[in-house]
Amino acid sequence: MEAFTEHVGRVVPLDRINVDTDQIIPKQFLKRIERTGFGEFLFNDWRYLENGEPNPEFVLNFPRYADASILIAGANFGCGSSREHAPWALQQYGFKAILAPSFADIFRNNCYKNGILPIALPADVIASLSQTAHDTEGYQLMIDLEEQSVICPDGTAHAFEIGDFEKYCLLNGLDEIGWTLQFEADIAAYENQSRL
Amino acid sequence: MKKTMYEKIWEAHLVRASADEVPILYIDTHLVHEVTSPQAFEGLRLNNRKVRRPDLTFATMDHNVPTTDRSLPITDLIAAKQMETLAENCAEFDIPLYDIDSPEQGIVHVIGPELGITLPGKTIVCGDSHTSTHGALGALAFGIGTSEIEHVLATQCLLQQKSETFEIRIDGTLPYGVTAKDIILAIIGHIGIDGGNGAVVEYTGSAIRALSIEERMTVCNMSIEAGARAGMIAPDETTYEYIAGRRFAPKDEEFDAAVEHWKQLPTDEGATYDRTLLLDAADIAPQVTWGTNPGMVTDVTGRVPDPADMTTADEKTATEHALAYMDLQPGTPMTEIAVDRVFIGSCTNSRISDLRAAAEVAKGRKVADTVSAMVVPGSQAVKRQAEAEGLDEIFRAAGFEWREAGCSMCLGMNPDTLSPGQRCASTSNRNFEGRQGKGGRTHLVSPQMAAATAVTGHFVDIRKFQ
Repeated sequence: MEAFTEHVGRVVPLDRINVDTDQIIPKQFLKRIERTGFGEFLFNDWRYLENGEPNPEFVLNFPRYADASILIAGANFGCGSSREHAPWALQQYGFKAILAPSFADIFRNNCYKNGILPIALPADVIASLSQTAHDTEGYQLMIDLEEQSVICPDGTAHAFEIGDFEKYCLLNGLDEIGWTLQFEADIAAYENQSRL
Repeated sequence: MKKTMYEKIWEAHLVRASADEVPILYIDTHLVHEVTSPQAFEGLRLNNRKVRRPDLTFATMDHNVPTTDRSLPITDLIAAKQMETLAENCAEFDIPLYDIDSPEQGIVHVIGPELGITLPGKTIVCGDSHTSTHGALGALAFGIGTSEIEHVLATQCLLQQKSETFEIRIDGTLPYGVTAKDIILAIIGHIGIDGGNGAVVEYTGSAIRALSIEERMTVCNMSIEAGARAGMIAPDETTYEYIAGRRFAPKDEEFDAAVEHWKQLPTDEGATYDRTLLLDAADIAPQVTWGTNPGMVTDVTGRVPDPADMTTADEKTATEHALAYMDLQPGTPMTEIAVDRVFIGSCTNSRISDLRAAAEVAKGRKVADTVSAMVVPGSQAVKRQAEAEGLDEIFRAAGFEWREAGCSMCLGMNPDTLSPGQRCASTSNRNFEGRQGKGGRTHLVSPQMAAATAVTGHFVDIRKFQ
């Protein structure tokens, strides 16, 4: 997994609550057997018109957000299906971090496994950042994982919570399977004791 | 110390729990299907890793499979490739597979309990959010992503943080015409689709105790639609009776010993939950969703809400989006909404009791001329049982299509999809935009309500249906 330490990037606001993973990557794109090739289908049904042209009314298609790498969204982002194709699509599109008042559990776990940082901030902070992103062309944020801080261009910093282990994995790009396998003796002992 | 059932199962499965490390939880059963597993197996190969316990792993094909004549070739070549890949992976890693030609094939959350793989006290995972279904038998069961599938394949463990506990107690007697589906839709309507985030829900109370195991599965199945990590119901005599004699269940003395163990699982009297919600079964009416998530739901006697009545700006915007997508006007009575399609199936409502309930409504009646309706059994075993009881004949005579087992139009990964603008009464679990087909409009209901809607052509209060 790619490590995440610091990131500076342009912000795109998606003013919707309860964005489900069916919207992030619709089911017709889940038939691939590879981990790649999902970025172009991110938000497919919102992003493209019936004729396949980009939908000019969808925020990701606004030229001013063309190279955005930080997504700001409403509460409960990533609800629904457990499909990891959702964080794959977000990452392959170019997103490094997602800011929202809250996230669905499975989606948040899936993000950590793919080097994407899901950052939960209070709803009023998200609303304010989103408004600023609407009002300010080229608006950028800096994210410092070590400091657990989102830093605005004017120097205002918003602290966020993350589990110690998730933070350690992201900072180091850790292979979690390798981590668990170092405790193989504990697993074997558990199996013997439980006669599994 | 008094413990909840979740805490008991959690503690019994801790392989390692140091204060400064994320806990390592042992997984008793890993269920695998074709859509979320290929990249996990590929990850194993790239890192030269094996499947630690193929004997604790079971695979089937359900999401992509056609529900039409199985003797014909699969026309969707990309889907066929995904199924072939699962077969190759199972052969390479020695994992038992119930493939498309198997008499045991079916939706993974239908065949697990059916085969006696799902048992009380087990930890069960699958790369599918509706794994919460298995909690109906007193297991701790939850959905995981593909990276976690690879982790379980390689280690038979997961790195997991403990969840909060959330008791949802429903006492009283369900009124006539109100089903397990209405219980869970009413709960989601009450707490919202993020009301269970971060928690494992335990459903308790006399109304839950009175449910059959299949009905309990319907309730636990949709726990994830409230955002819960898992849903579970303590095992009791109903549970033991359901399990006895199933293929992979313990037999004879081993079964008796297992029952004694399972009797220790229920939450201790006096144990406390982090959150609690009490509902009265008598207050629950048949439910119909009107919007684009399962929390956008109302009584069948209700009306499409007005965005102006929403309490927050976000909810107002979300309601406006939903009504525009669903092409509904505020204030419209639910019973005046006409449908084009009816889908009876999915891991929520495709078991034999669901089909019996729908058939009872369909018997001697005809699907409305304006409606196209289909019944998709959850497994080949459910299909055989239904056919033995003559349910297929009842459905066919009424004008329903009778299909082969699979996920089908719950998520429309196979050819069973809605066309843009089509409106569907569905017994499935998600009414998200495009879920059943791009531009399709889904309303979630119980099997009885779906069958009655097929007959009348619009939503109908099953309590008054003659």
